[in-house]
Amino acid sequence: MTQVAAVVEGRRNEEADLRVVPARFVGRWVAAVAVLGILAMTIYAMFTNERFHWDVVGEYLFAAPVISGLGKTLMLTGISMLIGVLLGIVVAVCRLSSNPILSTAAWAYSWFFRGTPLMVQLLFWFFLAALVPTIGLGVPFGPELLSIDTNSVISPFTAALLGLSLNEGAYMGEIVRSGIRAISPGQTEAAKAIGMSRLQTMRRVVLPQAMRVIIPPTGNETIGMLKYTSLVIVIGYSELLTSVSIIYSRNFQTIPLLIVAAIWYLAVTAVFSVGQHFIERHFERGFTPMKGKKPPTPGTAETVVPSAAEPAAAQANEPELEPTK
Amino acid sequence: MSEPMLRARNVHKSFGHLEILKGISLEVQAGQVACLLGPSGSGKSTFLRCINHLEKINDGELWVAGERIGYRRSGNKLHELKENQTAKQRAAVGMVFQQFNLFPHRTALENVIEGPVVVQKRNKAQALREGMELLDRVGLADKYKHYPAQLSGGQQQRVAIARALALKPRLMLFDEPTSALDPELVGEVLDVMGSLAASGMTMIVVTHEMGFAKEVGDVVHFMADGQLVESGSPTQVLGNPRETRTQAFLSKVLA
Ligand SMILES: Nc1ncnc2c1ncn2[C@@H]1O[C@H](COP(=O)(O)OP(=O)(O)OP(=O)(O)O)[C@@H](O)[C@H]1O
Ligand SMILES: [Mg+2]
Repeated sequence: MTQVAAVVEGRRNEEADLRVVPARFVGRWVAAVAVLGILAMTIYAMFTNERFHWDVVGEYLFAAPVISGLGKTLMLTGISMLIGVLLGIVVAVCRLSSNPILSTAAWAYSWFFRGTPLMVQLLFWFFLAALVPTIGLGVPFGPELLSIDTNSVISPFTAALLGLSLNEGAYMGEIVRSGIRAISPGQTEAAKAIGMSRLQTMRRVVLPQAMRVIIPPTGNETIGMLKYTSLVIVIGYSELLTSVSIIYSRNFQTIPLLIVAAIWYLAVTAVFSVGQHFIERHFERGFTPMKGKKPPTPGTAETVVPSAAEPAAAQANEPELEPTK
Repeated sequence: MSEPMLRARNVHKSFGHLEILKGISLEVQAGQVACLLGPSGSGKSTFLRCINHLEKINDGELWVAGERIGYRRSGNKLHELKENQTAKQRAAVGMVFQQFNLFPHRTALENVIEGPVVVQKRNKAQALREGMELLDRVGLADKYKHYPAQLSGGQQQRVAIARALALKPRLMLFDEPTSALDPELVGEVLDVMGSLAASGMTMIVVTHEMGFAKEVGDVVHFMADGQLVESGSPTQVLGNPRETRTQAFLSKVLA
């Protein structure tokens, strides 16, 4: 601190070419050394401790049932999040609608699915057949045209998917709603004034801007979902954690196999985080004037009035400019 | 006699129990620049928003270029238009807002072509060409790649004018287009509006810029408390107002 002040002071006193000495942050170095030391010790302790059985970890890390479980975890996470996000958009739009029936229904949905434990919901879907033995398609309160045995539809996979995505939809609804509400009404007004329909306004004006607010918590939700999929162990769908537990129930190498699962969860989380970074950067366009590409400064050769063909060529491969069908 | 560009007959608008517009009747002829003056809260913005059917009127009638806004008459019933028909009517009326309301996630040029491409489904290459011409017309062709946050207030408002013009509107509405600007940026926007007026565009301008009203305006309408108090030429209304309410307002504004 005093060094910085001294440098500033020095600049004021003499206009001569002074050398700027950056302030030294001694505390930072001390902290870094301490952290690295603790980390090294922990790793050393873990790898020299026989009871961790790293050989077993290595043996099972790429074992077929583990990889197959990982694939199922990823599939469950991906599809549940996709349905969850789409449901969330629908729920949010309904919540904000001026139609009282729609907004109440959306509120009730959120209340119910956020208010009951996910585990209960999963079991409920799995045992749906006990409650509703057949699912029928027909005239309401009238004759049934088509009737299917519930057990043939509700497999562990569909039960898991239903449970996870309906639950996610309720949370995403709240996230999307806060994102939409963050956009000033002037934006909707301007969109309407140029003749956009409500759907166009939502798709082209409100949601792309709301994404900035929606993406970070959605990243959290995705990483959460990755781990919530392990709850489907209660209905016997063999995702990563279930697969691992089947193995350790046979060979009793519980800790090494849990480490195998943890390594995979951590790896996938790392990949998701990188993906989130790029998605965030995409939706940050136009909002951070100081960072990113600098616009051409006035007075340079670049600012010559471009011919109409030039922007056309420059932006021809930007998909969001395509006319909506 | 030719059809006026805007015809308002006895327009009423309430929010809840509060009546904001208490029967506005006025006409704006094609090519005319009508300036709308009045104290804050008198309903000027609300009236402009009704012309664009951004607000539904409670009573009275509005026509733009002979077309009834927001409703279709059959017999002695008025049927509210469907959303896509309202949208088409809105596209024929350009609107410029006090707060610019440019789309921040789109560049200047993307803002301008959004309406033609997305709403009017026009050919994109042509829209880009015309978009560049419009940006050139408001003096911003070199800024076509800039995002709104990279532009000054005056530049943003000029892009907003270009965006409204891109739909080839027959009528342009301006709601205090310079009120949010630093004083030194007001001139560049008024210049663009002046040349637009000179090109024959029909314009309704809510403004507190008396100089603009005098030089560019063909008629001045003074509104107070949801009613049209006085209309006339700028020299008459601004220089020699008949009504006491107009006099009181002008003495405050010009003081
Ligand atoms: N959506 C709304 N709901 C309720 N009241 C409203 C709404 N919009 C406007 N008002 C009220 O209507 C009145 C007139 O508003 P309006 O914006 O039309 O006035 P104005 O003449 O444009 O004023 P200003 O010069 O301040 O812009 C105000 O008292 C305002 O509070
Ligand atoms: Mg106003």
